[in-house]
Formats: sequence, C-alpha cells, structure tokens
Amino acid sequence: MTSPTTAPPAPRGRVPGALAALGRGGAPTVALLLALIFAVIATQNPSFFEGPPLMAFAKKAAPLVILAIGQYLVIVSGEFDLSVGSLVGAQVVIAARLIDGEEAMTLPVIGVMLAFGLLVGLVNGLVTTLLRVPSIITTLGTMLILFGAVRYWTGGAPTGALSEAFRVPGRGGVEDLPFLGQLPWALVIAAVIAVAGVLLMRSPYGRSLIATGDNDVAAAFSGVRVWRVRTLAFVGSSLLATVAAVLIGGYAGVTAQVGQGLEFTAITAVVLGGVVLGGGRGTVVAAVLGAVTVEALFTLFNQLYLPSTIQPTVQGVIIIAAVAYAARRGDLRLPERLRRRPDHPTERPLGTSRR
Amino acid sequence: MRVPRVLLAGAAGLTLMLTACTTDAPEDGAAGEEGGSELAPSEEWFDQAEYDAQLAQREITPEGPEDEPWMQAIEPEWIDTSEFAHDSPEDATLCFSNASVSNPWRVTGFITMEQQVEALQEEGAIGDFRVSDAADDDNQQISDIQAFVDSGDCDAIIISPSTTATLTPAVETACESGVPVVVFDRGVNSDCMVTFIHPIGGYAYGADAAEFLVDNLEPGSNVLALRILPGVDVLEHRWAAAQEIFGASELNVVADEFTEGDGARIKDLVSQHLQRGEIDGIWMDAGDGAVAGLEAFEDAGQPYPVIAGEDELSFMRKWDEEGLTAIAPVYSNFQWRTPVLAASMILAGEEVPSEWILPQAPITQDELPEYLERNADMPSLHYAKFGGEDLPGFPEAWTDR
Repeated sequence: MTSPTTAPPAPRGRVPGALAALGRGGAPTVALLLALIFAVIATQNPSFFEGPPLMAFAKKAAPLVILAIGQYLVIVSGEFDLSVGSLVGAQVVIAARLIDGEEAMTLPVIGVMLAFGLLVGLVNGLVTTLLRVPSIITTLGTMLILFGAVRYWTGGAPTGALSEAFRVPGRGGVEDLPFLGQLPWALVIAAVIAVAGVLLMRSPYGRSLIATGDNDVAAAFSGVRVWRVRTLAFVGSSLLATVAAVLIGGYAGVTAQVGQGLEFTAITAVVLGGVVLGGGRGTVVAAVLGAVTVEALFTLFNQLYLPSTIQPTVQGVIIIAAVAYAARRGDLRLPERLRRRPDHPTERPLGTSRR
Repeated sequence: MRVPRVLLAGAAGLTLMLTACTTDAPEDGAAGEEGGSELAPSEEWFDQAEYDAQLAQREITPEGPEDEPWMQAIEPEWIDTSEFAHDSPEDATLCFSNASVSNPWRVTGFITMEQQVEALQEEGAIGDFRVSDAADDDNQQISDIQAFVDSGDCDAIIISPSTTATLTPAVETACESGVPVVVFDRGVNSDCMVTFIHPIGGYAYGADAAEFLVDNLEPGSNVLALRILPGVDVLEHRWAAAQEIFGASELNVVADEFTEGDGARIKDLVSQHLQRGEIDGIWMDAGDGAVAGLEAFEDAGQPYPVIAGEDELSFMRKWDEEGLTAIAPVYSNFQWRTPVLAASMILAGEEVPSEWILPQAPITQDELPEYLERNADMPSLHYAKFGGEDLPGFPEAWTDR
C-alpha cells in the first residue's frame, strides 16, 4: 500500500463516538460496493438470492469474516498480522493429524488448537511489543516458521483425517428451515463473533486499542499499557484464526493447500472496509463488510467466467480504486509513525486542500 | 486539478469491473450455453504425435515381471552401461536431487523410494544415499545438483527435476561430471542421462479420465473440468488430451476452473456451478480435493456426478462408500522405486532401457475392492498404486509418516 505516503497529512481527527466512526470508517462505501457487486451477481445468476445459494455463500464467507475481525483488531492497533494464513494451514494439519478420524478426539484437539493459537498470538504480541521487532517482520517470521515447521512435522503434506464431529461447525447447520433450507453454523458463529467484536470495541479495552493505534505515545501518557493492549490484539487475531481454521477444515476437509494466501485476503478485506493501515480508525462492521465484499467479488468472478488467471489483477485494481476513493473522502491518512514527525503546519505540501 | 484525477482513478477501477460484465454477458447469451469451455487444445501444450503415441502405449503389454510394475518397461531399448560398473557397489554413494515433497503424491513416492534404498542397502547393491530437497525452487535445485557434482562423492546422481527447461543445463552439468545420471518423473530437454524414467504420461492420464466420462454419460450432459494450475506441462497435457476427446464428443463442458488443489475453493466452485444448472460429470487433472467437490453435491442435495478422480485413497474410499460411477486415473506412484533400482543396475553394469516407460493403468470399478483392501491401513492422502507392499518397513513407514 503506497497510498499513505502520497496522501496529504490529514488534520488530527478524533473519533467522537461509535456512530460517527461508523459513518467515517468506510462502512457506507464498502456497503455500496457490496450492493453493486450483488446487483451484478443477480443479473448473472438470479437464483443466487434464493435461500440455499445465499446460505452456501454465507458458509463460504464466514471464515474470512472471522479472520478479518481478527486482522482488524491488529490493524486498528497500528500493527499487521501476516501469520494468520500459515496459522490456519497449520491448525487444520494439526487437527487432521491428531484426530486421525477418531470422533472422541474432536473436543480435546480443538482445545489443543486453541492453546496453540493462544501461544502463537502471545509470541507475535510479545516479540512485537517487548522486543520491539516491527510486527510486519515478527509475523512474517511466524508465518515462515509455522509453514516450515508443519512441513517438517508432516514430511511435506498433511496426513490423518478429520472426524465427522469436527466438520459440523464448518459444514453443518440447522436443517430444513423454510426458504433458507439450512442455516449454517458457520454463519451463526461469524455473527456471534461480529457482535462480540462490536461490543469489545465499545468497551474500555476497545477504546484503548483505537487510542493506541491512533497515537501510541499519547495513549501511553494517558495510562494505556500499550504493550498489553497490542499483545491482546495479536492473541485475539490468532484465536480467531483458529476458529476460522475449524470452519475451513470443516467446510472442505484437509488438503495440502489449505490456508495459503489467506493473510492477504484478510488484509484486503480489512482495507476494503476502510480500516486504515497504520491504525486508529475503522470499525468492526466495516471489516466484516469488507470480508463479505471480497468473497462476493470472488463469487462474481466465477459467475462471469472470468479466467481465474486474471482474477488477482482485477482484485488489485479494485482495491487500489477503493483506497483511492477513501483517500478522496478523507478517510485515509498517514500511518501514525510517519505522520507524527512532520507536524509543523508549514511543512505541509501546498495546494492540497482537503475538500 | 487534483480532484478529478483521484476520482478518475476510482472511476477507472469500477469501469474496468463493469466493462468486464457488459462484454461477457452478451457472449454468454450468444453462445446459447452458459460460459462453456475452449475445447481446442492450445498448440503450446498439444503434440499430436506424442498424444497418439501415449494413447497407443496404454494398449502395449510391457516387458518385465507382471507382479512388479515398477520393473516393467514399455517397448524398452536396452543400452549397455558396463562403463559405469562400480567395483564395490556396497560402497557406492547414491545422490538424489528432489524437486520437492510439497504434495501428498510426492510424499508417498519419496517414502517408497527411501524404503527401496533400505532394501538395496541390505542387499549390498548400493551404499550411502544422500538427498537434497529443493522445495520447488529451480535455483535451489540447480545449486543442489552443482553441490553434488562439486563434492565428487556421488557415484550416481538421480534427479527429479522441478521444471523442464530451467533444469536442463543443470542435468547436463551432472552428465558431464562423468557419473551416471538417472532422471525421473518430469523430463528435461536433453538425452545425456543414462535413463529417463516416467510413466506413460499426461495425455494418457487425461484421456483415461475423459474417455470414461464420454462412455458413461448421455450425450449433451454437462461436464465441469477442475484443474490445479495453468502452465505446468504434466497437468497441461492432461487437459489437452481431455480437450481433444471432449471436443470430439457430444458432452457439454460447462467450464474449466483452476483450483490450486484447494478443497475450499473446489467446494465453492462446484457449489456455484450447481446453483446455475446440473453438473453430470466431473473431470479432474489430479484427484486432490475430489472429495470436497463431491461434498458440494451432497450439500446441494444433488445426485453424485460421474467422476474421474485419482488413485488417492480419500477419493477411492468415498467412491466405494457412496457407490459412485467413477474411475481413478493413475500417475504411477511406484515410479519412485524405479530410479534407485535403475541406479543399482547401472552400478552393477547391467543393461537398462534408455527411456524407461512404466505402465500407467487407471483403477476401474472392478479393481477398486482389491486396491482398497491392499491399502486398508493407509492414511487418506496416500496413493493406492504406491507399489511398496514388498519393501522393508511395510506398512509402518507409510502409515506413520
């Protein structure tokens, strides 16, 4: 993302309240884009909005929504988490290997996965905050460590099998509903996590998190324990990645490629939701909408029979367009660290009036 | 001044997206069928002579012991290797440059190879066995091979190239060092090696799968093709053969999609196609994720398709449990035994085929129970025709991987 360095420095806006934040955090923009994509899908495939196809879409989108909420926590605190894709892959492989088809192992193994997620989050958080390694490096390292360790452990490709019970959250649901057909558990889980995320961001912790991302020095002076707030954000991201891993493994079973590239899809989703890289602004709702939009975009590509080789290109164009649009609206500003130094008014470039 | 520019950037992006729809939609309508797939094989990946040869090779009875397919060869041209005979083969060092073990097929094969090495070491046919793994990185593999040559310790070098063109000079370097070189799986553009070992090939694989669908589906049925990646020769050949056969048939290939072998993507793609119409058959260029594709039919409440998967056990077990109409094309996994055996033969000065073409027969419904029985203890991401049942360490080496 090069946009932050070229965008003019924004005036220091405070976040007055949740409602105003919703209005400015990019949620309406992304909602509009989502509506547009859905409209195009509807012209291609009118049956998409009948119950079952829509529920199938929700089932597929739920893991990314959960990952995006986790990524949001980290990004809003001014950091990145690149390790989530590898973590999802590692968790599914761990689950398959430890469960190995035994139903009775399901719950203990999910416990092990959560503990492992917690550990990875703690390592990411503490290395970033206490050892002061930039999070992009820390989590890039974790990503490679997990990728390599899993390959080593399994001899290159996953082994074992998931149990039927393990697959229920990602694949099953409340059956035989009128109109909808099946209400996927994945959708229920994602909705619960989204609501929890919104409530969390309204709690004192959420405010500290945003304050930290906005200006960690000021936050520290006002009594926020920055290292703890950020570490908890990383732990949240890793735990949510673990939940996403349960859903993804449940959705489609074990394949060697599971999780690959998910970190960038999650970051894309969060950026598309208008959550500012560099921290301090954006809402959970916007991140969720961003995730749904990215999935809708993938669905649209399929519906248009777009050659899948060109899909990343179109994805990239749309993301740049989205950020450019956000910059125009004033949603975007420089990351905190870049912004803090040239603060003198006369140092602002001339001719960059904001409106 | 600045405002329009920024707006234009945003508008350009949206326009690009919208033009994508407006140009595609009429084409879909004009074609009468939704989407549809290109059924003329691209010239880059289609060689008519090679295609005909591979299809013919499927019918040829290979030379060699019937119960040891890894020692069989189709129309071999035996060559003398006495110049490479080693005085004391039990002290000979075998070096193996592996492209990677990045998928279950390669993992299974590499285990079989290691067990074959153990068997040969017990016999005293070879000594030390050194392995380097390039993790799918061409540059890494080039330097791995160079390191083997520079060390001067290798009495024979086995290479499983990661890509064809890029690895050719590295293989030639190995040949020039004077030790016998054995290449297997993917080929290189050189014939400097003593022997090149491979199963019949991608055209035969793709044809086995496509012919089964043509034979088992009514004319006019809808077929969805699921492919892993574009641009990989072994996979492109499979698709080119399928294009050739589907093109001459009355089947309607709805689309061909790239999946990267990712179960979630396969399931999503198949679900979406099912929303838009019936799918009667699935053609796959490799069986990874076949079960995820079948689950999409279950979840949509649709009858199972006729499917061509692969001899991967998760698919074969599903096939058996659900009583599918299916076939498992095979890219003979037992080929991983042959290079070490060939190297031991060369070190003993015995004749080997200059191009060692191994048999490659799909597993059909009739053979399904037998192969499931033989692999009953094996994990799901294992390949039925791994051919290691008589090796030391069976079955633990494959079950506890």
